[in-house]
Amino acid sequence: MSWQIELRQVGKFFNDRPVLKGISARVTAPGAWTIVGPNGSGKSTLLRIIAGLLTPSEGEVVYLHNGERLTAQRKRQAVGMVAPDIALYRSLTALENLRFCARARGLKVRDGDLLRLLEQVQLRPRAHDTVATFSTGMVQRLKLLTALVHRPPVLLLDEPGSNLDEAGMYLIREIVREQATQGIVLVATNDTRELDYGEPLVRLGS
Amino acid sequence: MGSHSSGWAHEAFAVFGKDWLLELRTRVALGAVVLFAVTSVVAAGFALAPPSAVAAEVKAALLWVVLFFAAVAGLSRVFVVEEETRTADALRLVVSPAGVFVGKLAFNTVLMWALCAVTVPLFLVLMEASVRSGGLFFTVVLLGSTALACATTAVGAIVAKATMRGALFGVLSFPVALPPLLVSIHATKASWIDDNAWRVATGDLQVLIGFMLVMVPASLLVFEHIWSD
Amino acid sequence: MTNSTMGKAMTGVWIAAVTVAAFLWLPPAQGFRSPEAARMVVFHVPCAILTFVAFLLNAAYSWKYLRSRDPLSDGKANAAAELGMLFAILATATGSLFALEQWGSAWNWDPRETSIVILMLVYAAYFVLRGAVEEKTKRARLSAAYALLAFPAMVFLIWILPRIVESLHPTNTLFTRMGLDVTYRVTLWSFFAGLLAVFVWMFRLRLRVEQLEARVRRQPDEDTTPEPVLTGEQR
Repeated sequence: MSWQIELRQVGKFFNDRPVLKGISARVTAPGAWTIVGPNGSGKSTLLRIIAGLLTPSEGEVVYLHNGERLTAQRKRQAVGMVAPDIALYRSLTALENLRFCARARGLKVRDGDLLRLLEQVQLRPRAHDTVATFSTGMVQRLKLLTALVHRPPVLLLDEPGSNLDEAGMYLIREIVREQATQGIVLVATNDTRELDYGEPLVRLGS
Repeated sequence: MGSHSSGWAHEAFAVFGKDWLLELRTRVALGAVVLFAVTSVVAAGFALAPPSAVAAEVKAALLWVVLFFAAVAGLSRVFVVEEETRTADALRLVVSPAGVFVGKLAFNTVLMWALCAVTVPLFLVLMEASVRSGGLFFTVVLLGSTALACATTAVGAIVAKATMRGALFGVLSFPVALPPLLVSIHATKASWIDDNAWRVATGDLQVLIGFMLVMVPASLLVFEHIWSD
Repeated sequence: MTNSTMGKAMTGVWIAAVTVAAFLWLPPAQGFRSPEAARMVVFHVPCAILTFVAFLLNAAYSWKYLRSRDPLSDGKANAAAELGMLFAILATATGSLFALEQWGSAWNWDPRETSIVILMLVYAAYFVLRGAVEEKTKRARLSAAYALLAFPAMVFLIWILPRIVESLHPTNTLFTRMGLDVTYRVTLWSFFAGLLAVFVWMFRLRLRVEQLEARVRRQPDEDTTPEPVLTGEQR
């Protein structure tokens, strides 16, 4: 059961202005790695490209499972991502958000299972409240749930600890640790507290 | 946890359900669309009183113009709101482009039907339009409004990516919506005043169906390029 | 051919000659209210044909762009649209002038004229869309997608317009090209040939301008492997 992600000469330009150029790397499960660099160095852009949200201007990102290249659909099933600029549906409740993610991914789950998930991140009491009423920490916890509900082998985190308190950071650390025992975790960060999640895979910025 | 089921039908269904859940809670698109239509019809009713003096083809054209502009007021919401609230990327991570398109198309279609359900009876009453061939008229409204949704959904996606405001939507969707608009007007008029209404309007209905059969696959084909960055 | 100065001079002379012939050599047409004004058809029809040709090119290059993501295809699609708009304006103007002479009013809901005006709306929408998107690849992608949606819609429109217009405006007189005298046909297609040469020349010129602009925009310290300019271009 080996998962691999390969970055092959990945580059990204916006109107001829290079944001990323010539990025090559490879990771094999299990493990966790970081993508480091100052603000504006393209960490989020690179993570989005790895997630399949952006198409690179040059090069490609290839997912391999047992040596076989993944299609776009399987890639979607294999990836979970949490980022500050990817939002949940604020007018829906926590449960409704989770339910949508599960149903859209074709998971046959019941509300009971989802409520148990919410329990694990101490959100069970707020299951029927709309996300608009949540604090940043609660939103982050719910985002993590939506990223993990389908048990993806690959977890991508963009600055997961920003705006989190000690308890929140602890949760992230636990999740990263557990995910890294079976799958791949990539964390884009410039927070010193998060640098020890894993080896730096890519260093960006001049 | 559970098994994965293949195919994007369930994706489309999930997107459709989610969009309607959001809509019923916030009522933004429904509000914009119905408000526009009702205001227009009432204004026209006042301006054209007494409506018996107005020719049937003018009334038919007026009905579909109102429906079209109401559609413009609301049918791009389904994509614009995803970009505005920054949930679009979450959707991209979870659902395939085809699933997104079909789900949103279904949403827009039902939105159009809801719009017609409110607007058409109001229009018939205020404009004193008597319908000779009720079955044909119902068919025209059903097919025509569906065709409008088919014509404009992909365009709405383009507008949402180009600019978060829906201002472009009218300009871009008008040429594409024109064919179904024209035949709908023609068939509507036939259903109101013609003797052999069904025979007169058969060609129009064929055009509507043919149009949808062409535009939906065409939209599906290009949608991936619109939706994915 | 159109690259060289000689070629351009020849095209210019040719068009001038055909234009003169349209007035001096061509006899006034029978069966028109203003037989002299019928000469307009020699200029009007080629413009109309070329605007539709441009639309076809725009759709074809848009399709090509989405498949290959080659910026050159996007440039070609845009150039085709610009020329299409130009010739649509010319076609509408010449058509209106003729209609004014022939029927006394500048607009008659003739299906062909109406489709050209709607085509102008499509071009205008295309340019508005392009203007609204800053980023190069996004602009190319979205405008190509729109072109490929507008194309089948326009095909439908052109197909249904005659039926709709006739039944809604039964007093319409259709301007038919059937039964044109040989002299008119010769002049018309001669003018078309010249205009086509102009079309090709303007197309290539527009592409060259685009490529030069792109070169200027590129940052000075980037490694410059020379951009392939259109082969065979001299000036």
